[in-house]
Amino acid sequence: MSSTRSVNSPPTFLQEVKKRTPGESHVEMCIQCGTCGGSCPSGAAMQHTPRTIFAMMRAGMRDEVLSSNTPWMCVSCYYCTVRCPQEIHITDVMYTLKNMALESGKVQDTTASDFSKTFINYVENYGRSFEIGLAGIHNLTHVKLAARLPNMAPMALGMLTKKGMSPMPPKRIKGMNDLKKILKRAKELEAA
Amino acid sequence: MSEYIFYPGCSMESSAKAYYHSVMSVCKALDVKLNEIDDWNCCGATEYLSLDRMPAYALIARNLALAEKHANGTNTVVAPCSACYLNLAKADHYMHEDKAFGKQINEALAAGGLHYDPGTLAVKHLLDVVLNDIGLDAVKSKVVKPLTGLRVAPYVGCMLPRPDYGNRYSDTEHPSELDDLLRALGAEVIDFPLKTACCGGHMTQIGPDTAFELIRRLISSADQYKADVMVALCPMCQMNLDAFQTQMNGYFKTDYRMPILFFTQLMGIAFGQKPEQLGFGSEFVSARQAMARIGIQTPEPVAAAAPAAKKPAGLPMPPPLKKGGDSTGSSEEA
Repeated sequence: MSSTRSVNSPPTFLQEVKKRTPGESHVEMCIQCGTCGGSCPSGAAMQHTPRTIFAMMRAGMRDEVLSSNTPWMCVSCYYCTVRCPQEIHITDVMYTLKNMALESGKVQDTTASDFSKTFINYVENYGRSFEIGLAGIHNLTHVKLAARLPNMAPMALGMLTKKGMSPMPPKRIKGMNDLKKILKRAKELEAA
Repeated sequence: MSEYIFYPGCSMESSAKAYYHSVMSVCKALDVKLNEIDDWNCCGATEYLSLDRMPAYALIARNLALAEKHANGTNTVVAPCSACYLNLAKADHYMHEDKAFGKQINEALAAGGLHYDPGTLAVKHLLDVVLNDIGLDAVKSKVVKPLTGLRVAPYVGCMLPRPDYGNRYSDTEHPSELDDLLRALGAEVIDFPLKTACCGGHMTQIGPDTAFELIRRLISSADQYKADVMVALCPMCQMNLDAFQTQMNGYFKTDYRMPILFFTQLMGIAFGQKPEQLGFGSEFVSARQAMARIGIQTPEPVAAAAPAAKKPAGLPMPPPLKKGGDSTGSSEEA
């Protein structure tokens, strides 16, 4: 148990997750009731249910947790978070695990993380997201051609005609230089 | 007149223009002035939080810092998108609760000459403002065309009632606010059991099988309750349920045609505003038949196969290659 370790020992995996999650996440309080997994709308697509992930974290199974697809299948619906009898901020813990998985280079299927990276690449360069560009790049790189054409082409056309979306990138915000400085400093602080 | 600081969010300028126009239209009718935050940036949705915590929160906090700077007498930030709303509320909440974390975010903001004092702004979704600031009596007083006879499924989604940092909603799973508003407009509101179930979020892009099942559950439930339309209050929810409904039908071999509207579009109709100025006609699944039930003529959505106004060659996505069908000839001429 983490509480019995000497103060001088290196932090356990669980302690590290706790430290990297903002606020009081109660990550060590899990009683393995399984309410989280039973509430999860995407649980069927996960290699491990959230309850299992919490058991694995406590067991110090760092590599197994960080290579699991579980956090990447989280849809951020917060059902588990509001239902957890121990008030664990499960959705926030899933974000932390994704951050740590990327750092560790253990992500197996990068479909979800690549989507996030493409999304944020626009934000880091324009200050705004770009839905059409994001969907376009993501589909060109991650969807097989045979599935892409019948499904995505009518969708793309619909977005432009019905919704009147522009195929051009968004207008860059005025404070882009300052925003870049803010993000750079924030990244340094997270890495520290 | 009441004034608010307004954070529109990126979707309002692209996929959710119908929401933007209807929000502006109904706020004008309710004498609500929305002062857009000058030079706001994207909230990062759920994507930045997944990649890197500190820049994700700093990105959100820049908006709060700009809002605080230009507050000018009002301290309430209004967001019409549930994901934007939650991100703004989340950054404010954690910067306040976790002082060391808040200090670090401010250290990052300082690199861009900004600062935010957590707790100084109240972050609210537009529904909250309509219900609790303006009030249903004021809303009712504007209704000239009650939606009598229109069966509506109130779809709230996840990020409004959960985790609800400010305890603003009546319940995390079965909140009644949207039902109350729609009833005030005269609509027949179904007791929608899945009102806060997930729309699939970004899973349409990274795990379509999962997304289609979540979309199917919502649409089929609303259909079983014989709803004429479903109402959403978030651009992402509306997009998933509307634009992906055809693909979902193809996946499950079903034939649902559930129109998905923004709550502000129905408010505008009840206020006697023109469907055109409320963004009707931009939906993938036409709301025309449903709205005709209460005597409202809405524009027919532009057909997906119709010639695109802009040349398909300019698209970042591949144009349809299949020849044949009724549109091919005309699109080649165009």
